[in-house]
Amino acid sequence: MSKRTVEVELSTSGLDAQGRPQRVPLVTNDGGTAVALQPPPGLEPDLEGEHMLINIGPQHPATHGVLRLVLELDGETVVRCIPHIGYLHCGFEKIGEYRQYNQIICWTDREDYLNSIGNNVAFALGAERLFGIEITERCKVLRVIASELSRIMSHLVWLGTFCIDIGAFTPFLWAFQRREEIYRLIEKWVGARLTTTATRVGGMAADIPSGWMDGLRQFIRTFPHTLDEIDRVLTRNAIWVGRTVGLGVMTPEEATNWGLSGPMLRASGVDYDVRKDFPYLDYETYDFEVPVGTNGDVYDRYLVRFEELRQSLRILQQAADRLPDGPVNIDDPRVILPPKSKATSEMESMIHHFKVVMEGPRPPIGESYVAVESPKGEKGYYMVSDGTAKPVRWRIRPPSFVNLAAIPKMVEGHLLSDVIAINASIDIVMGEIDR
Amino acid sequence: MGLSAPTDHRTVSYAPESQEGWVTTRMDFLVNWARANSLWPMPFGTACCAIEFMATAASDFDLARFGMERMSFSPRQADVLICAGRVPFKLAPIIRRIWQQMPQPKWCISMGACASTGGMFDNYAVVQGIDTIIPVDVYVPGCPPRPEGLIYGIRMLQEKVKNERSSDAGTRDEMEPDPASQLYIPPSVIDELGEPFGNSVNQTRSGL
Amino acid sequence: MTRFDVVRTGASASGDQPATQRNVSHRNGAANPSAKALQDKFGSGVKRVDVIWGETIVYVAPSAVHEVIRWLHDDPSQQYDFLSDVTAVEYRDADVPIEVVWQLRSLPYRRFIRIKAQIPKGSPLEIDSVWDIYKSADWLERECYDMFGIRFNGHPDLRRILMWESYKEGFPLRKDFPLRGRFSRSEQLRQALAQNPEARYSMEELTIADAFAELPTDMRERLSKGERTGE
Repeated sequence: MSKRTVEVELSTSGLDAQGRPQRVPLVTNDGGTAVALQPPPGLEPDLEGEHMLINIGPQHPATHGVLRLVLELDGETVVRCIPHIGYLHCGFEKIGEYRQYNQIICWTDREDYLNSIGNNVAFALGAERLFGIEITERCKVLRVIASELSRIMSHLVWLGTFCIDIGAFTPFLWAFQRREEIYRLIEKWVGARLTTTATRVGGMAADIPSGWMDGLRQFIRTFPHTLDEIDRVLTRNAIWVGRTVGLGVMTPEEATNWGLSGPMLRASGVDYDVRKDFPYLDYETYDFEVPVGTNGDVYDRYLVRFEELRQSLRILQQAADRLPDGPVNIDDPRVILPPKSKATSEMESMIHHFKVVMEGPRPPIGESYVAVESPKGEKGYYMVSDGTAKPVRWRIRPPSFVNLAAIPKMVEGHLLSDVIAINASIDIVMGEIDR
Repeated sequence: MGLSAPTDHRTVSYAPESQEGWVTTRMDFLVNWARANSLWPMPFGTACCAIEFMATAASDFDLARFGMERMSFSPRQADVLICAGRVPFKLAPIIRRIWQQMPQPKWCISMGACASTGGMFDNYAVVQGIDTIIPVDVYVPGCPPRPEGLIYGIRMLQEKVKNERSSDAGTRDEMEPDPASQLYIPPSVIDELGEPFGNSVNQTRSGL
Repeated sequence: MTRFDVVRTGASASGDQPATQRNVSHRNGAANPSAKALQDKFGSGVKRVDVIWGETIVYVAPSAVHEVIRWLHDDPSQQYDFLSDVTAVEYRDADVPIEVVWQLRSLPYRRFIRIKAQIPKGSPLEIDSVWDIYKSADWLERECYDMFGIRFNGHPDLRRILMWESYKEGFPLRKDFPLRGRFSRSEQLRQALAQNPEARYSMEELTIADAFAELPTDMRERLSKGERTGE
């Protein structure tokens, strides 16, 4: 296993001898000399006062959605944190039992709405496993392109909002400007910016239009400039480092036991990436690296996600180079719609079209659990089929749900503003948590 | 009966006895112009529409040119509640409370299909339109609406604000929910609004 | 000074290179070696083993579940250290029992296994909690309880997580629960608006003794009687 170590030298680690965030001593100019203020002598150490109960949310700018955190504070230090979720629970899994497999794909967009195409791909992979379908090579590469673009989009939102939470506003605008470019690409491909519904069981909704690859290559060429710019502004910035180093530390054993996945787990030092360990879509044939942190704090999570952005560009470049010609959809009339020209002229195709749309494709009896590496972590779709066109059970394994459950552990002993930083570092999407 | 010609919104008809004076109309114009061009939104963003709202506020579509760049997350300092995203029943008392905390004059934009009618979530968990909880001024359809669509909705709201008159007695009245049930429109209306229609009627067959 | 490592590929105890699965057969795949080990160790506790689409499913007796999962976690040859998911499946046929499903991963050995326990619908829906083995089971089991009504014995704080705690319509993911809920829309809205957002502090939150004196009188009375508030 080859390692490439990136060393970042900082002028301050921001931590004192005990590993707690360093306190800045107060200095006053008393008669011409700078004097550090000391707490007045005789102040009883047990004069602490009561604990405060503070409610953050569910409507709050920094909770990344409708999350409610109830904090018990001792001064400004958090003693206990109790999260409340469910404010965006919309019954996805129940609805999944009343929809055909192709109809459910619309729903997967809305659930983790930052990673819409990634979710579409994940669901289609699960459904194809359930049907026992092998997709075409072109479709695999297109799905890899879609997944990585989706990863970049999600990490850019995370980056922008994380910066706003810490206090830096401009990277948010830079990030969203790059996202608009990706939106334009996706819109040319599937017609929608955010809620894409780009895959179908057995293929994709549409093949890429001509000239699309040029747009993609243009993006791959220009995106590193933005990444470098944001890197220059943030990574070695003393304020940034001081606000993120040493916060929310999870050891590797704790992280695994709490079920963390994705960048949360990798920042703690566990190198579990679904693309490497349980590959899908031929990810083992792509040449990319997986960043793994050492300390498991907020700064490491930032570094890991940042490096993932660069690695996604690598994968995109390789996928763009190897895109094979050929059909995008499989050639099975029981599952895939026939081309419109045939459906409107041939009787047989029209009947196939009718059956696929009205009744929906029917998988054999069975079940499947397919997990992909979403930007948030291990995203799994578990579907159980009883032979009908609508699943008996559609279960979404939400990475953010399990990641967020660890927040009481991560936040204890930190200050109130650290809570916001730690919450932002988990990269939660309430749509996925509450479903 | 039959079809009547569309009303011309530039023509205002009024009774002579309620005719406003010159000063009043100029004051109205000034106040409405000031309000319309500096609407401070309170983004009640829940789901995907919130991301499109953020994209609308960002550089490419820029809400700042409409005076809306100062997002007020405290309802006490906001003018417009933009409900961007689906509202489940658990969130209903929250949005009601936020609306009640906003001082007059206030308006509401329901952004997206889910906030307007419940959208694709016709199930046990989602409120079938926030207009069953709070009064809505502008509905912006879409799932999610394009940023241009949201901007069109905001412009519509600005037109509505500019057409307000201080002599209209009831415009700035606070809604009065029934103390027992906390509903501000009759239950029969809520049931009717929440009924499935069209193909949605057939979407509750499981299996087959 | 801080640094992070960019690694080429994950480390694995088995040393083999994983690959995308192709042409997986419906029922004739090879079982996960852990399935055989479980059958050898637990004998009658393991009801049956299925391999569907390449994934191994082990049906376990409900009383043996905790032991089985504990062994899978602790045994050095198994090391299932990652709990992916805990959920339940109810089938459309009323006679088929409800299945509680645990999806486990062994990160060192790169293995995946699904454990299922069947609980007949007539009996009370109860099963042992695995919270003492995996902390991630905390919220996953709470959600399972919220959606299906399955009680997890040994869970520290089993209460609703996605619906509000005084939700009266039932358990949404059960098959006898209609898609649009049991009540009319106006009734659902009325019940939703009757929730008091402030009352929804859990018992844990309200054990802050200093603030107890500042709670409203009626809340203090209810708490001192041992009642949970807001529910």
